[in-house]
Amino acid sequence: MDELVARALNAAQLAGCTYVDVRVVETTRQTLLVRNGAVQGVTWTEDAGFGVRVVADGAWGFASSHRLDLEEAARVAQLAVQIARASALAKREDVDLGPPVVQRGSYRTPVEVDPFRVSLETKLDLLLRADEEMRRVRGVTTTEAELVFIRQRKTFASTEGSLLTQEIVESGCGIQATAVGNGEVQQRSYPNSVGRHQQQRGWEFVLEQDLVGNAPRIAEEAVALLSADVCPDEVTTLILGGSQVALQVHESCGHAIELDRVFGAEAAFAGTSFLTPDKLGNFRYGSEVVNITADATLPGGLGTFGWDDEGVPAQRVDIVREGLFVGYLTDRETARRLLRELGPSPYVTGVSNGTARASGWNRIPMIRMTNVNLLPGTWKLEDLIADTDRGIFMDTNRSWSIDDRRLNFQFGCEIAWEIRRGKRTRLLRNPIYTGITPEFWRSCDAVCDADHWVLWGTPNCGKGEPMQVAHTGHGAAPARFRHVRVFGRG
Amino acid sequence: MLGEETVRRLLLDALAQSQVEQAEVVLLSWDGALTRFANNTIHQNVAERDVQVLVRAAWGKRVGGAVTNRLDRDGLRRAVEQAEAAARVAPEIPDFPGLPDPQPVQPVHAFDGAAAAASPQWRAQQVEALLRVARGEGAVAAGALSTGTHEVAVANSKGVFCYHAGTRVHFSTVVHVDGASGYAERADWRLEAFDVVSLGRPAVDRARRARNPREVPPGTYPVVLEPYAVQDVVGWMAHAGAGALAVQEGRSWMNGRLGTRALSELVTLWDDGRDPEGIPAPFDFEGVPKRRVVMVDRGVPLGPVYDTQTAAREGKTSTGHALPRAWAEAAAVGPVPSHVFLQEGTSTVEDLVRAVDRGLFVTRFWYTRLVHPRDCVVTGMTRDGVFWIEGGEVAYPVRNLRFTQGYVQALAAVQRVGHEAYLLGDRFESYRVPALQVAEFTFTGVTEF
Repeated sequence: MDELVARALNAAQLAGCTYVDVRVVETTRQTLLVRNGAVQGVTWTEDAGFGVRVVADGAWGFASSHRLDLEEAARVAQLAVQIARASALAKREDVDLGPPVVQRGSYRTPVEVDPFRVSLETKLDLLLRADEEMRRVRGVTTTEAELVFIRQRKTFASTEGSLLTQEIVESGCGIQATAVGNGEVQQRSYPNSVGRHQQQRGWEFVLEQDLVGNAPRIAEEAVALLSADVCPDEVTTLILGGSQVALQVHESCGHAIELDRVFGAEAAFAGTSFLTPDKLGNFRYGSEVVNITADATLPGGLGTFGWDDEGVPAQRVDIVREGLFVGYLTDRETARRLLRELGPSPYVTGVSNGTARASGWNRIPMIRMTNVNLLPGTWKLEDLIADTDRGIFMDTNRSWSIDDRRLNFQFGCEIAWEIRRGKRTRLLRNPIYTGITPEFWRSCDAVCDADHWVLWGTPNCGKGEPMQVAHTGHGAAPARFRHVRVFGRG
Repeated sequence: MLGEETVRRLLLDALAQSQVEQAEVVLLSWDGALTRFANNTIHQNVAERDVQVLVRAAWGKRVGGAVTNRLDRDGLRRAVEQAEAAARVAPEIPDFPGLPDPQPVQPVHAFDGAAAAASPQWRAQQVEALLRVARGEGAVAAGALSTGTHEVAVANSKGVFCYHAGTRVHFSTVVHVDGASGYAERADWRLEAFDVVSLGRPAVDRARRARNPREVPPGTYPVVLEPYAVQDVVGWMAHAGAGALAVQEGRSWMNGRLGTRALSELVTLWDDGRDPEGIPAPFDFEGVPKRRVVMVDRGVPLGPVYDTQTAAREGKTSTGHALPRAWAEAAAVGPVPSHVFLQEGTSTVEDLVRAVDRGLFVTRFWYTRLVHPRDCVVTGMTRDGVFWIEGGEVAYPVRNLRFTQGYVQALAAVQRVGHEAYLLGDRFESYRVPALQVAEFTFTGVTEF
């Protein structure tokens, strides 16, 4: 592998590049899916390849291949150079990466139990037991239970002198029960929806979730929802469960603070952002209880690593401090541009805060959320509900949508309960809430404490063309928002 | 490109290593490049060569899968062994029907030498030509132009072998002028259809016309939907209910509507993987030839598409719409339409607008998500140009709106259909759809731009 990396670096340098980096990525993935009591899929996936990123004539080029041999290394490097020279036909200014980044070392996800050493039989037994517990509940029509394990080994080398190796391990799991009746379709998921909850941990993470113990509850809730009242249409106080707060942070803060979006790099696809540079350091994003960080050093987070895919070390940075917008996610190029546009300040250093990640060997690094977290507050959930005279508690995402500047959002949840005089009362189906990002976060008056705080994993974050699916983390606890428009669908 | 003979040898070698009763090997290869631009400059420019070999192994009704992108003998052998090991420990799938038997597959020509040979320089020159137009108009363009070749092949231990090679060209752009935006997109398998300036210029014009939007309140309005917006409607109808698994599990919009006039009689929707006016592929990922399936005939839902497993449950034969079943997740999705056509009508877009007294003209939808499956209720935003129609004419631009709308009800309210269809989509999924005029469409919010 060292030889392949050297061959690619040398070939691109000899062709006149001013910057070259090479990433070799090998990924092993195991997916197990049980559906309605049958093992519908047990899949091993092996994926390996390398990508060469170059700057030639002041412009970017990138090429990649699954063939890991020296001849291909030279071909791909030369193709990357050819592409960079073509990019230069339509460039307005030269790529500016700032000072060189020189890093050497290795990083490995700490795991207690390597999930790839746990037998298939043990994993299937867990899924089948959870599935059976859900199917015991009368009225459930479809059940699913899933496990996913990923090991990714990366080597990064650049002509600036960086040489890094990393091994990231992820474990994910989830169960889902669906009930159909009376023209309704209702589903409940655990620990999270859209398939699963996931962290950079080992088999111990799966055991902690207690899929089997939670299976009857979610199955019963799915059936109960069929005959529940529809969520009323009103402006009210809203309490969100932790996983829904995590997705709210992801969509309305995490994407909005990606500096490449802000500068228009995603204008044709993912969109831009309302958090324009003139707002940095002076825009009230949320209320004073809203504190948000981007932290790539948090153990277990899907956005945790040793170095990003430009070789920049993992960091923790403030994004929103007591409601004030104070930071972006940056890479080397956008950090320089922000410095050129705004000049130095407490919020602008010109140095990347280490968020450039690629979804694989065949994609370029771009700014991706690391672990973007709403920091814990001071409330216990039961106290928060007791403190709420009238409102609605919603939990577990069912649908999510937000405009291309990250302002107008609408989220549907799987389940809700009415709150009356400090108590959780009747069950509500098809709950939806909608709002405008800064108005919503400014209406946040309470966040639950560290006992309720979970580092949720989002393994399905899409961005870029060709599409890249990133794994991001979001620490969050239940939180309360005032004067929110909620409604349901009958 | 590996070529048919190399692919045949690889797949037969992999099958020869298999010890199980039934084995299936699918190969997908892709050699493509994408030139991306923003702020009137090329900012990302990439190329990729990759392959996937997907192995499905079955001991009786015990099934396992493995996927690799290593084509050497060790890599393939390990994938076969992993699939077999998984099958050995998996409990039986009670209704696993076995792998399909060989059926004749008529090839479809969908390979364009010019598209396959498109160079970085060609893509850059095409993009730069559009950027010159944008700069000249005071506009800022972003988008992507991609070209590439792909191969798909399926072999199984019952004697199936089929191979298809195709090309793909795709272009999309969002053009901004003073904070307003316009959009253009096309897909094809032929390069000759692609003149990026001609395709992109309407997006520049649309952005200029969309400046200084006014706000209209949320409400239910008649709408004219451009083909980009119609693709979203048809795409959700196809994915969230036109596959047999969703119908069998009672979560499809087709449930309770089969054989009834549930949609406008102007709506005829079908899937045809063999039509060269789409981006064709003659067989599915089980090696079953694709059949033309009319999902909705003049407003009447007739039925979904099938793969081998869902067809066997009903005593039917597969229509050739299987996903790669070596992917564990495919079992939860089931078969899906992949080459979707919506029947064109006779109206120009101007005719559609003239038919609306007070309503909205929508370029496209964005970030749409399924809210509820039975009526295919979807929420999302308008994007890249939405206009108020007054007295049959486009009057002025308006701010983007959020909608929450049953797509079944929207297609039931279709009053006129455009005569020109756009080809949109990807290498494994294409849509050919016209513009629509819909009597009622419900908008539930408004944003700030």
